[in-house]
Amino acid sequence: MRMKYVLSEVLVGLWRNVTMTIAMIITLAVSLFMLGGSGLLYQKVGDMKDLYYENVEVSIFLTQEVTEQQRTDLDGKLKNDPMVKEVLYVDKQQAYERFQQMYADAPDLVNAVKPDQLPESFRLKLNNPEQYKNIYDQYKESEGVDEIVDQSKLLDKVFGVLSGFQNGALAIAIVMAIAALLLVANTIQVAAYSKRREVAVMKLVGASNWFIQAPFVLEAVVAGLLGSILGLVALSVLKVTAASSSMAALEGLISPVSWGEIFLVYPLMAGVGAVVSAATAWVTLRFYLRV
Amino acid sequence: MTKTYPKASRPSLDNVSVSIEKGEFVFFIGPSGSGKSTIIKMLLHEVTPNKGRVVVNGKDVTSMRSWKRPHFRRSIGCVFQDFRLLPNRTAYENVAFALEVIGKTKAVARRVVPEVLELVGLGGKEHRYPHELSGGEQQRVAVARAFVNRPLILLADEPTGNLDPDTSIEIMRLLDRINRTGTTVVMVTHDSNIVNQMRRRVIEIESGRIVRDQARGVYG
Repeated sequence: MRMKYVLSEVLVGLWRNVTMTIAMIITLAVSLFMLGGSGLLYQKVGDMKDLYYENVEVSIFLTQEVTEQQRTDLDGKLKNDPMVKEVLYVDKQQAYERFQQMYADAPDLVNAVKPDQLPESFRLKLNNPEQYKNIYDQYKESEGVDEIVDQSKLLDKVFGVLSGFQNGALAIAIVMAIAALLLVANTIQVAAYSKRREVAVMKLVGASNWFIQAPFVLEAVVAGLLGSILGLVALSVLKVTAASSSMAALEGLISPVSWGEIFLVYPLMAGVGAVVSAATAWVTLRFYLRV
Repeated sequence: MTKTYPKASRPSLDNVSVSIEKGEFVFFIGPSGSGKSTIIKMLLHEVTPNKGRVVVNGKDVTSMRSWKRPHFRRSIGCVFQDFRLLPNRTAYENVAFALEVIGKTKAVARRVVPEVLELVGLGGKEHRYPHELSGGEQQRVAVARAFVNRPLILLADEPTGNLDPDTSIEIMRLLDRINRTGTTVVMVTHDSNIVNQMRRRVIEIESGRIVRDQARGVYG
């Protein structure tokens, strides 16, 4: 009976002030959507970092006038360098073949370039891709070295943009969360005010504190959960539309988000939504009802 | 015990010591602001004294943790000048509400509530809303709500303050009947008529001090 009482109080409470309830749920939804989005992005960036940095190469391009002796010296030094995991020597012919492959859809360009024009190079895989700077410093001045190019520099830019998105989403999530919390607090105050007589009688006859507070706290929890469901719907809509629109062009760069990952991030959204709303309601009641 | 409210220039209750036996009927009288209501609030653990102890039903209320307060309150019934009924509930529902929020089942309420409404003389008016009842009848509902849980103590803070003399006397008869069941009744009032008619113990308070404590006393 008590459970039934509490649940019906929750529904009545949400319905009593329905415009405020909707505002509260929408702000919660936007906030949780942003939170879920930045969670997904965080996961993606992590996955992609592993994948890309695993394959990242440092290329040491040699000058056109490099001597046999210089090349052998360099090869020996690189092979004994503890920072280097793998060394691959690419001569002019191999460089030309790679070039042909890379620009297969631009035959004019391929035809214009002769194998002779392409530099020989060493392709290195590092034990720790972030040690690029050390490699650069060490070999920059070596005889016969023309240029040292690190692919990870380009990746850093890509990841910089992605983590910018992620931080932006997180910032929006936090700002919206503050707005949502204020709305929750306000809704709970209004609810407590409209039930002040009942609360006074309950306190008088000795109803337990949890029994007095439960309907209000559950009201906030229900709003939080509804908000998280709306946020999940928004994420799903984003996934569906993104897959079929311009975002699809980025497919090769950013690994696509699977449904599984979206549903994995949902418990985070629901948990944060419910717990944070409940805590806000509870704190509000402490100040407002003094129970 | 002594109670000084913050910002007050003098104590609301100054070195007051009272002992009330089980089953007694006691009037607290005195002018407004004399500290009568503070006594009621202390008995309810709404305020705690700065000095001294409050012992109710053998329990030291002074040191009681606030989370124990709800359970403690179940042994005390309360009636106020302004009735404090829920306007959107019938007489029956008002009384049943008090039972249900402390965990009693609807079945218990169905058995007990009509009985207590009959006791306070509201048989047949169970399904009226407060605005459909006279002041006296509303106060009877309030008494029923206070008594339905069979408390050891009934606190009444000016229960006749809003009622005409005849109705007041009826309410007093009702409180007297409740007292005869063994319930201690503590009543704060400045209705001299009633105090003189009842001839019960009278404790007079003035400026926070007890100036008179008389068995079978009269007003002033």
